[in-house]
Amino acid sequence: MSGTRNPQVGGASRREFLKVSSVAAGAALAGGLSLARSAHAQGDDTIKIGLVGCGGRGSGAASQALKVPDNVKLIAVGDAFADRLEFCLSELNKDAGIVPRIDVPAERRFVGFDAYQKVIDAGVDLVILATPPGFRPIHFRAAVDAGKHVFMEKPVAVDAPGVRAVLEATALAKQRNLGVGVGLQRHHQLPYLETMKRLHDGAIGDIVSARAYWNGDGVWVNPRQEGQSEMEYQMRNWYYFNWLCGDHIVEQHIHNLDVINWVKNAYPISAQGMGGREVRTAEEFGEIYDHHAVEFEYADGSRMFSYCRHMPQCWGSVSEHVQGTKGSADISGASIQVNGESAWKYRGENNNPYQTEHDDLIASIRSGNPLNEGENGARSSLTAILGRMATYSGRMIGWDEALNSQLSLAPKQYAFDASPPTPAVAVPGISVVL
Amino acid sequence: MLEVPDSVAASEAEMKAYTDLITGPSIKFQMVPIPGGTFTMGSPDEEAGRNEDEGPQHQVRVDPFWMGKYEVTWDEYEIFMYSLDIHRRKVLGDRPTENDAVADIVARPTKPYTDMSFGMGKQKFPAISMTQLAAKKYCEWLSAKTGRYYRLPTEAEWEYACRAGTKTAYFFGDDVSQLDEYAWHYANSEDAYHEVGEKQPNPWGLYDIHGNVAEWCVDALDSAFYAQCADQVVENPLVLPQRLYGRVVRGGSWDDDPELLRSAARRASHEDWKMQDPQIPQSMWYLTDAQFVGLRIVRPLVEPSDEEKVRYAADEHQVWEDN
Repeated sequence: MSGTRNPQVGGASRREFLKVSSVAAGAALAGGLSLARSAHAQGDDTIKIGLVGCGGRGSGAASQALKVPDNVKLIAVGDAFADRLEFCLSELNKDAGIVPRIDVPAERRFVGFDAYQKVIDAGVDLVILATPPGFRPIHFRAAVDAGKHVFMEKPVAVDAPGVRAVLEATALAKQRNLGVGVGLQRHHQLPYLETMKRLHDGAIGDIVSARAYWNGDGVWVNPRQEGQSEMEYQMRNWYYFNWLCGDHIVEQHIHNLDVINWVKNAYPISAQGMGGREVRTAEEFGEIYDHHAVEFEYADGSRMFSYCRHMPQCWGSVSEHVQGTKGSADISGASIQVNGESAWKYRGENNNPYQTEHDDLIASIRSGNPLNEGENGARSSLTAILGRMATYSGRMIGWDEALNSQLSLAPKQYAFDASPPTPAVAVPGISVVL
Repeated sequence: MLEVPDSVAASEAEMKAYTDLITGPSIKFQMVPIPGGTFTMGSPDEEAGRNEDEGPQHQVRVDPFWMGKYEVTWDEYEIFMYSLDIHRRKVLGDRPTENDAVADIVARPTKPYTDMSFGMGKQKFPAISMTQLAAKKYCEWLSAKTGRYYRLPTEAEWEYACRAGTKTAYFFGDDVSQLDEYAWHYANSEDAYHEVGEKQPNPWGLYDIHGNVAEWCVDALDSAFYAQCADQVVENPLVLPQRLYGRVVRGGSWDDDPELLRSAARRASHEDWKMQDPQIPQSMWYLTDAQFVGLRIVRPLVEPSDEEKVRYAADEHQVWEDN
């Protein structure tokens, strides 16, 4: 096991690491901005929530945050677009169960690229960050700087500078005893938790190889409108532009890659792969690939084979599988095989992981020992970014090379009249990715 | 209308099995005649594995119809779901037929966010995970495409066709040990649906009517309705849904134990069937957590009036604005 390139934390399993870090976080409590303390000063124990990013997922996350068994209220929302913001509020207000928990008057509805800061400054305790992922590192840092608890959607970054920024802000959040939830909801899903427990206990021996898939059909396009600036067009079609989305290997497939990291209790040391655009080639599909196939290597020599594809009418699967020295498991199917025979299958309750992730985060904040999922969120995001770097370049790329890359995908300026980066489809063997 | 052999009948006596065709790409599907008749709906108190909502038993009269010999497959459903017919015309430069022009107007599903076959296979495997709205829209589209009126079965039609004159728990009797010959269920399915038509059919020639995938009906599940039907022969009953969930699926599935596959067993849709759709608004087309739900179509011998058709069509409780 070569030391320097192994991102596994000090050789300890991640669970051990988390245990240690939460002790450290507890030690920081006295000087931290614990919610209990700040709330007490105001004589009100309501956790006030702000939403940044009012698309379909942000609306969903806000709804789930408002359904936790606790005293919570949505008091501010922000989005780059007024129409998305208003649609979100009208949809949330259709759910009678949460209407009493929505208190967002016109003066706490913020529109534009700077809306996030206004939401953070609107007197909230927790912010939900659900814009396209390219903004996440900036928004997350601003929230932590302001002493707010955070729930942020995955991925948490689209490039290496973003990953490093999130790691730094995560460390700061720990010092300040702030909760950080990341929308990798499989970590809160009972069949996954039960399967993972058995795999970590050695049900199939040592993991020697893994397969991860997100082979699906692709997503929507919002056609270009007359009078729309290029920035607005890209923002409304963010999925197809890397500075916003990171490509689908990052935006979607992170879920599956993260599961394999979880079962390995480690992150890859390197990756090589191939990919391209075969079906989704029109200009409206920006610069992302429609397929990637990547082989990741872990420090113990085991491999993860990763496939993601956006092509209708092809074999589809969104799943994770592992082979061990004694058997195999379909993690997504919550079943374990030993010697070719079914050894165990989950048939218990199926919880709604999108709800549970919010329940768990809020409960941990109340307990004074908040969850912090930022580090794994950042490292699983980097796993996916590493995969993209491998397919875009055609090269084998090491974890540290990826992590230390200085290549930023961000635009020079965030404004609707500013120029976003010019889309360019990567060419393996030629494109610069680090 | 595109004529296909044996698809026209002036009376019940003239009804024959026929093969219908979806054009561009050409995909065939088979329909079998179900004679009209009166049957005992529901299960007796003593039936093993019975649920309260299956009683009291009561007499129901059902008019003749044709029913899909198989559950609707991905081959058929994806033409609608992905507008493959429209794309094909675009690529080949073909003009739409008169039927196409009508079919093109029917609202079609948005792109799914994830793989809706969940890795279990497509082509001849049954289509799954569609909302009842999507299933109804499929029927509406198919009717336009073929010029023959197709819809989802009522719950009464479904049970009548499943029983095929039998009064036992399953169409083959009460002996669960025979179930493997006729159905895919939890214990024999290996955690997935199977290609349609691999097991033995029921006496009226319907395959996979028990198991494989549960099948959408039009009705809301009203557990008090059977009691209102006692002591009379109810004709063509239909309980119109008044809300989004609580709608009936029948037949049980690959993911269910044998008692849920019984002829009389009822199951209602639930909001949990969209649990893992993390967006708001949630999709009105897909059920992320109902990998056990599919559909089978019917065609009544006597095509209903336009007014009557409204009862089987998408309703206000399941159509959302801006989606």
